[in-house]
This record gives sequence, C-alpha cells and structure tokens, in this order.
Amino acid sequence: MSENVEKDRSQLRQKQMIGGHFERLARAKEDGKKVVYTFVPGNLTELLGAFDILPVLPEINALQSGMRKKSGGYIATAEKAGHSEDVCTYVKCDVGQLKNGNFGPTGTKLPEPDLLLLSYTGCFTFMKWFEILKQEYKCPVVMLQVPYQSEGEITPEMRRYVADQIRDVVVPALEQTTGKKLDMERLREQLRWSARAEDDLVAVWEAAKRRPSPIDGYFGGVYYVGPIFSSFRGTEEAALYYKELREEVEQRIATGQAAMTPDGPQPREKYRLVVEGPPNWTSFNDFWRMFSREGATVVASTYTRVGGLYDQGFRHDPDHPYETMADYALGCYTNLNLPSRVALLEKYIKEYEADGFFINSVKSCNSFSVGQLLMLRELEKRTGVPGGFIESDLVDPRYFGKANIENRVQSYLQMLDARMHRPLVPGEGHPVALPVVEGGTR
Amino acid sequence: MSQEVAVAPSADPAAPLLARAQAALEDRKLETVKAWKAQNPGALAIGHMPIYTPRPLIEAVGALPVAMFGGGDQVDIIRGDSYFQSYICHIPRSTIELALGGDLEPLDGVIFPAICDVIRNLSGMWKLLFPNKWSAYLDVPQNFDRALGGKFYGIELARLAKELHERGATKLTDEGLARAIADENERRQAIADLDALRRKEPWRVRASEAYLMVRAGAAVAAKEHTELLRAFLAVAGERKTRAYDNVRVVMVGSFCEQPPIDLLRALEKAGCDIVWDDAQLGMRTIEGPIEIAPGRSPLDALVDAYLDKGCATASRYIANGVKGQALIDRVKATDAEGVIFSAASFCDPALLDQPMLEAALNEAGIPHTSFKFAENTAQFQVIREQAGAFSDSVRLFGGGA
Ligand code: SF4
Ligand code: SF4
Repeated sequence: MSENVEKDRSQLRQKQMIGGHFERLARAKEDGKKVVYTFVPGNLTELLGAFDILPVLPEINALQSGMRKKSGGYIATAEKAGHSEDVCTYVKCDVGQLKNGNFGPTGTKLPEPDLLLLSYTGCFTFMKWFEILKQEYKCPVVMLQVPYQSEGEITPEMRRYVADQIRDVVVPALEQTTGKKLDMERLREQLRWSARAEDDLVAVWEAAKRRPSPIDGYFGGVYYVGPIFSSFRGTEEAALYYKELREEVEQRIATGQAAMTPDGPQPREKYRLVVEGPPNWTSFNDFWRMFSREGATVVASTYTRVGGLYDQGFRHDPDHPYETMADYALGCYTNLNLPSRVALLEKYIKEYEADGFFINSVKSCNSFSVGQLLMLRELEKRTGVPGGFIESDLVDPRYFGKANIENRVQSYLQMLDARMHRPLVPGEGHPVALPVVEGGTR
Repeated sequence: MSQEVAVAPSADPAAPLLARAQAALEDRKLETVKAWKAQNPGALAIGHMPIYTPRPLIEAVGALPVAMFGGGDQVDIIRGDSYFQSYICHIPRSTIELALGGDLEPLDGVIFPAICDVIRNLSGMWKLLFPNKWSAYLDVPQNFDRALGGKFYGIELARLAKELHERGATKLTDEGLARAIADENERRQAIADLDALRRKEPWRVRASEAYLMVRAGAAVAAKEHTELLRAFLAVAGERKTRAYDNVRVVMVGSFCEQPPIDLLRALEKAGCDIVWDDAQLGMRTIEGPIEIAPGRSPLDALVDAYLDKGCATASRYIANGVKGQALIDRVKATDAEGVIFSAASFCDPALLDQPMLEAALNEAGIPHTSFKFAENTAQFQVIREQAGAFSDSVRLFGGGA
C-alpha cells in the first residue's frame, strides 16, 4: 500500500517479521542454521520449524522481485541463458536472481540451500523448477509427491501415500540434513500454533461477507496471507499477527469502515467482486487502483487460498501430525480439479453476495489458467452473475499492458453498473474481454 | 550438400502398408474404432491422451485403447480457441474441437495421464463439458519406491479397471492381464526391431515412415499392430534405396503434441536421419518387456515396469540420476551426431527441460539445435533451412550449430 496511508499495527508487525526472517537467513551459515528451499502450496513449514530449519520460498522471492521492479531484468538474464520465453516467469525470475548474486527482497544475500524440498502440490512446474535449481546448487533434493484431487476428494489412499512419504522419505532427509531426530512434541506445538492462526485468518476472510466489506480479500488479502503462506506458519509470531489482524478487522467493522485501498479507506463500496487467479506483481498498485478507484472491493478470491482452504474447514491437527500435513498438502486450491474450483467460486459468489466475478488469467501459470474460459462460462450459467476476463502475467512486465487492461476493467465495471440489478439472460452473451496477450505468438 | 532420399512408391513393397498407416493417421472420425465396436458389440473404446497409459490394462478388460493426439494439421479450430488462451499449447484446443464436433463420439471414455498441468486441467474440463461420459485422470508415481509410489500406482490402476468394469468392461483377471501384457510385449519387440532397423539403415526406414508405422497402432489392439509392424519389417529389407551421407540425429521434445508428419519429412530433406525421437513416446515409455516377476501379479508387473523401466522424459522426475545423462546415453547408443530439440510451442515440460538437457550436451560436446512447432504448423521453410545449416555444420565441423 502506498506510503501516505497509515499502516496498521499488524502490517508493521508483518514487516518486522519478514525483515527478521531475511536477517536470519543472511546469518544462517555463521549461526549454523540449515536452509531448505521449498514452495508455498501444500508446504511442510511446521515440520521445517520443528527441525529449526530456515525456509526460503522462491515464489515469494519472485513476487517480491516483481513488486520491486527487478523481475524484468532477472527474466531477461534467464532467457539469455536459454530459458524459453514460453514458460513460467517465476522460474525465470528465480534463475535470473540467482545469476545476479541471489539477493533477496530486503537486499540481503540469500544462503544456498542445504536441501531442496520439492513438495509437489498443484503444479508440474515445481518439479522442473527444482530440477533446474538442483543443477545450479548441486545440492540434494527430496520429493514429496502430492496426488491431484481429480475426482474432487481426498481419498484415504492419497492421504496414506502422502503421509507415508513424509514419514519415510521427507523426515529422514531432514534428519540427515540437520543431524537431529524429529521432536514430535515440537512438531505438535507448531501445528497447534498453525491452527490458531488459521482460525483467526478465517474470521478475517469471513468479515468480507458484511456490507461494506472491511477488507479487500484479494489485493489486500495478499498481504494478509504473507505470514501463513511463507515461513511463519506454525510459529507463535504468526498466531499473534493473525490475532492482531482479526482485532483490527473487528475494529473496522465496529466503526463501519470499508476496505483499505492503496489510497486509504474505500469511501463507497459500489461493487462486490470475487476474483480468480493470481495478481500481477509488477504493477500491483496500478492494478489494484483500477478497481478500488471505481469503488470495487474484492470480497473473496481463490489466489489467497493456494496456501490452504481454511475457510472450507481445514485446520492443522496436532493429534495426527502426518495425516494433517498430508491433508493440507492435498487440499490446496490449485490441487482441486476444475469442477471443484467452479463449485468453490460459485459458493463464494453466492455467500459473499458478489455483483460480479473477475478472472485474471496469467500467462505464466498453466496450473491456474488452463480451463479458466470454461470456468467463466460455467459460473455465469450457474450464478447469473457476469464475469470479466483479462490476461496479464505474474512478474513479466512485458505482459502487463496497462492501458489495455485498464480499458477492459473499466468497460467491465461499466457493464456491471448497467446490469447490477438484472441477471444475465441466457444467450445474451457475456462481457468477456477477449484474450489478447501482448507478445504472444499465436 | 544434404541429399533427399526416397523410395519410389511404385517399386516399394512397403507402400501399401505405409498407405494404410497414413490413412490411420488421418482417421480423425475414428472410423476404425467404429468398425471395431461393430465387431465387438458392447465393448468399450477408451481414449487416452499422450504419453504413457498402460494399454494392456485396457485391453485386459476387453476394451480398445485409443491414443488421442489432438487434431494435427487436419482440424480447423473454431470452437477450441474460445476455451483456451493464446499462450497455451495447441493439442488441448484441437482435442476439444474434435470432441465438441462429435468426432470422438465412438469413445466411451477418456484417460488423462499425468503429464502436465494442461492435460491435468483438461481432465476437469472434460468432466464439466461431458458429464455423461466416463473420464479419469491417471496419476503416475514420481516416487519410484515400490512401497510408496509403487503401492500408490497399483491402487490407481486397480481403480481404473474397477471403474471400467462398472461401465461395462469385463472384470480384470490375472489371466486376462497376463495375456494382454504378452501381446503388448510382442508389439514392443516389433517396435524395438523397427527402431533397430531405422538406426542401422536409416535410408531404408525413414523416421517419418517409422513414425507412421508406430502411430498406426494408436487405435488398434496390440496384436493387430504387431502384425502390421511385422509385415512392414518383412518387406523393409527389400526396399530399393541406397545410403546417403546424412547426419544422424536424435530428436526430443515432441512427446505430447505431435509434430506434423511434413515437419519430419522436411527434416529428412534437410539432411537429417532421425535415428531416435520421442514422438509416440507412449508406445516406447517402458524400455524392454513388461515382466511378471516370481511372486508378483500381472498388475504388479505393470507397476514394476513403470518404476524400473520407464524412460527418462520431461514429465518424469529424475530423482537420483544426472539430468541429461539419459539423452547422452541415447545419442551414444544410436551413434547419433547431434540432437534436435523440437518442442511444441508453450509446452511447459519440454521447454523447462530443454536448458538442462542443452547444458548436459554442451558438457559432453554434442551439437544441438532447437525450434518450436505447433501441430498445425504448415510452413517448414525456416525449420528446414535451420536443420540444413545444422546438418551441414555437423557434417563439416562435427558440431556447433
Ligand atoms: S506454473 Fe503457476 S503454480 Fe506453477 S510455479 Fe509457476 S506460477 Fe507457480
Ligand atoms: S504439449 Fe506439452 S504443455 Fe501441451 S499438453 Fe502436451 S505436455 Fe502439456
């Protein structure tokens, strides 16, 4: 959020937490701490915490590089080194960052990994990403395969497979890396802290069911998920952060304040939207303002659920450590099949009383993007609520055409304004902004 | 100068077989499948997307496995493009186009094997678009421990067989599966013999011809395919042709969306003998026969084959091995002089793999070149020139395109 907006206490705490983490990482080698690189969706942060391991999350570094306008240069470095223009830009951003000295978001140097923990949830690119990093760092990799919820459910066999891999493959690898035995009590403690933070985060999400919504559940939401998506799940610090955040949101409700925007509180909630897809990071605030300045608040989003569907009931369970970590890994949003994703969005549109829904389809991410045009049709059919569709990218500035996207967002919101009180008539056609990716080759 | 090699069709004893294979490639309305169903009333025809799908399992329950490779260059995309953004590869859009146009109607179901996020999400699109047709996503193991990934995969296979049975296929039995595995092994041996001949005398079996002959097995039972391959092999030695001074190359990256056959021909015209490629990889994924070890069931044998004999490819995790080593070994085993990377545009697995493989080749001093295609690419001039320059440089300098 822009500098002239007063920061909440929770935001300051988050900033300190993140700063502290990168300082610990910078000192890791001299402090004798082990460092494991791993991914966001379905990760095993509590387990790493139980071993006192410091995690590095390359996706978070990539998105931070995007926000700090460094990703364009990093991507160029990776493409020069032979990486295709067609593939996920998170990977290229990470490779470029590595080739430029591997400085993290706060400007401190990141330590090399002692182990790559390839927890393989919801995306094939993860697998290729760590194969690439393995070549760069020449360090061991441990893989956790997480089956896809292709039939819309977690079967006992899937749970068993993941739990067995954690117990028989991942834990021994971590024991070997650290030279320590797993302290089960410590793990349970971590899981307990996670569940507390998860309770409070759900209360924050659900506050958006009110009118006006006291939060923006997408643009604002990505800040809220910072600690729980990254290295802090399972810590007391994270639990305190979410408690504080929840109190702040309750305070906003008590005083009738609408969601925060980059320019201060939203003066008038005009449109309530549900958003599918990750945001663009290179022009994040510009993108947000395209909505907030028109009075649009996002009341729920799927991107903020890639690190766990807590609002659908999942909680880490200290009494069943392996099974709960398995369920968590299996349950992340991008591990749901398309019918389940549509059903979840439909639920959000209805429960949060959205006036519209919007899909930001990112070029980088097949995991999210393939099928989104069908999701758009299905959702319009099922809810009668009109959908908008644009294309951009996560961290490649070449694929964020500001004027073009702004036009599309505006015409969508104008159309929404005209239709808000009239359901979509079947056959009337939907207001899809047809896909145009600048720089695309088709 | 590179030389074009051709066997005059009039004098070619393989011509009728190649014509049959070409017709199979063009059979987008699945006429052969319709004919098979007419001969086997009540039996199921089950489509499967590219890369490995355990076809013997499908045959063992009395069903016909049908490999689906999109629409190639034969299909005008009218509806398919409105389901996929511009930056997604071509095969899902032509597959949807065929399905919406009714061309896949003879199929009673489709299996989507785990290969990438596109195929994975396509499996969900299928469920939304065709709720009354059976479809299944087949998760393959990336953990190759028998007690972990093996156990999981065995359960997946048993689930498939059970679901097929619930939809009218016969029940899976050990005898039935053992028979289907034996048929499959014979087919594999015939493909291996074809590959060996192509490696030894590439002027006698061009890559484009070998491709056609393997592809001809897409929608027929293993036994029938073996007969066709054996018939081809029987006459291949009699074809009148002569050796040319071409460059021997391995081609990788085309394991899913298929290069147009004319692209293969353009490479041949540019002076490349493609002595191995990964197009049609589904038929070659398991290297060697599927063996039923003592004390193991035929279903276990399918699992063991996948764990122990699955070939290195972009969608298979390389756990302990050295990335790129399998490709270097392949180059050596086929006496190839270079590698052509030929990936479908926007193909994540192939294109993410490529820099790692290129690095390994560089280290080993093996020359390589790369281009991208789409299944409906119609112009090959640029690719032909590039491949020509590559083959000339390999021939003259032994590397460095
Ligand atoms: S493809 Fe999508 S989910 Fe996968 S690494 Fe890239 S951005 Fe993340
Ligand atoms: S061509 Fe590549 S990206 Fe496309 S479906 Fe096949 S494997 Fe996936």
